[in-house]
Amino acid sequence: MVTNFFLALISAIFIGGVAGYLGSLMLSKKMTIVVDPLSHLALPGVALALIFGKDISLGAFLFLFFGAILIWFLEQKTKLPTETIIAILFTVSLAITFLFLSEHEIEEALVGDISKIGKVESLIIVLISILVFFLIKKIYPKLTLISISEDLAMAEKIDLKKYQFLYILSISTIVALGVKFVGGLLVAGLTALPAASARNLSKNLKTFRFLSFLFGILCAIFGISLFQFTGYPAGPLIVLSGFLIFLISIIFKK
Amino acid sequence: MAETILKVENLNVTLDNELIICNLSFEVKRGEVLTILGPNGAGKTVLLKTLLGIFPFEGKIEWKKGIKVGYVPQRVPFVKDFPISIEEFFKLKTKDEKEIREVLKLVGFKEGFLKKNLGELSSGQYQRILVAWALIGNPDVLLFDEPTTGIDISGEETIYQLLERLKKEKNLTIILVTHDLSVVFKFSDYVICLNKCPICQGKPKETVTSESLSKLYGQEIKFYEHYHGH
Repeated sequence: MVTNFFLALISAIFIGGVAGYLGSLMLSKKMTIVVDPLSHLALPGVALALIFGKDISLGAFLFLFFGAILIWFLEQKTKLPTETIIAILFTVSLAITFLFLSEHEIEEALVGDISKIGKVESLIIVLISILVFFLIKKIYPKLTLISISEDLAMAEKIDLKKYQFLYILSISTIVALGVKFVGGLLVAGLTALPAASARNLSKNLKTFRFLSFLFGILCAIFGISLFQFTGYPAGPLIVLSGFLIFLISIIFKK
Repeated sequence: MAETILKVENLNVTLDNELIICNLSFEVKRGEVLTILGPNGAGKTVLLKTLLGIFPFEGKIEWKKGIKVGYVPQRVPFVKDFPISIEEFFKLKTKDEKEIREVLKLVGFKEGFLKKNLGELSSGQYQRILVAWALIGNPDVLLFDEPTTGIDISGEETIYQLLERLKKEKNLTIILVTHDLSVVFKFSDYVICLNKCPICQGKPKETVTSESLSKLYGQEIKFYEHYHGH
């Protein structure tokens, strides 16, 4: 039980930190708006993985990745507002989840379950988190410029498609890992909450990035520790810790 | 005679099956100021972006070899909420801190300005920062989309005085888009009246007349040449 707690904590810290860091990239509405539909797409992926007894992160990742392409395609094809496409995909994902899963599995898919995490899994999570961290670090300046002005970025001959692809790849990966801890419903909170709190307290990118990263880690530590002591599910506790930090950040807002 | 640095021939731009720019030809010589005048939706911004290589086109756009182009887009409103300092904004383009300080000075800001948040700037200041940003890399040509006038009333030079000075100090060639007739007369060597197709082009005094303007804007508009041309 103690080893298990330790493994869960380490894994959550890595995912939380990188998710927070990733969240600090969501400067503009356009960048933020992709995360929500993506994370909801994780649900049917998790559902299928549970049905076939595969790793839920793998199932989630595949669905996220193809889901991102699907969203892009639907937007191009239908010219519907992104919000509408989100609503469609979200309800379809929920419908699939509820149709095929048992009650316990539904709970795991929706809010996550960390009780089963093993050594190999933790190691994989840590390694992938580190990889994604360096990927984000590399694409950070160009994506920031794209957020500020696509015109400026294009005038600088930046390949928007390439960077948006790498951005979606990073999100898909982190959300797929995060699904294990907080589930498909709450995973958007992992990236959104630390960044929102950090934004309240930052006037420049350096602070913003650092605080977002730090808050991501703090959410993970608080959430997993509370889970250990109270026995409530870890996912909601992580997200609520994030909300607590957010409330405090409002008090100190600059 | 100054060298030709941009040659455009029979330019046609079609976006989403809609013809935006038709049959446009012109030349720009080093040190010239070219103004593109026209109503909203006339394809002025598209023209600048096409010259930058952002949009596909038919026809010919020929920049002289090795020419560097700086671009000042129309202002971006939501940047107000970004947690980013001016220094960080510049560092998205260059790591050279000396150059950052130089361009900042060039547009009339003190070094202490670097620590300020981009969102704290007035729109006039913000426009200057965008000009400074475009000047990084020492461009030969500046493309400027709708400079806004009359914002800095704090006794500083206007954006046109700034451009005039930059033109002299850096031998800049400037291509700008505007609504403002006085700019055309005071500031530019060559004007293109554009409403998808070119309506008129040439030296401002000879080209911009009440007839060509009413043709350009599709109605009688009041003509202020003498008023502004003092």
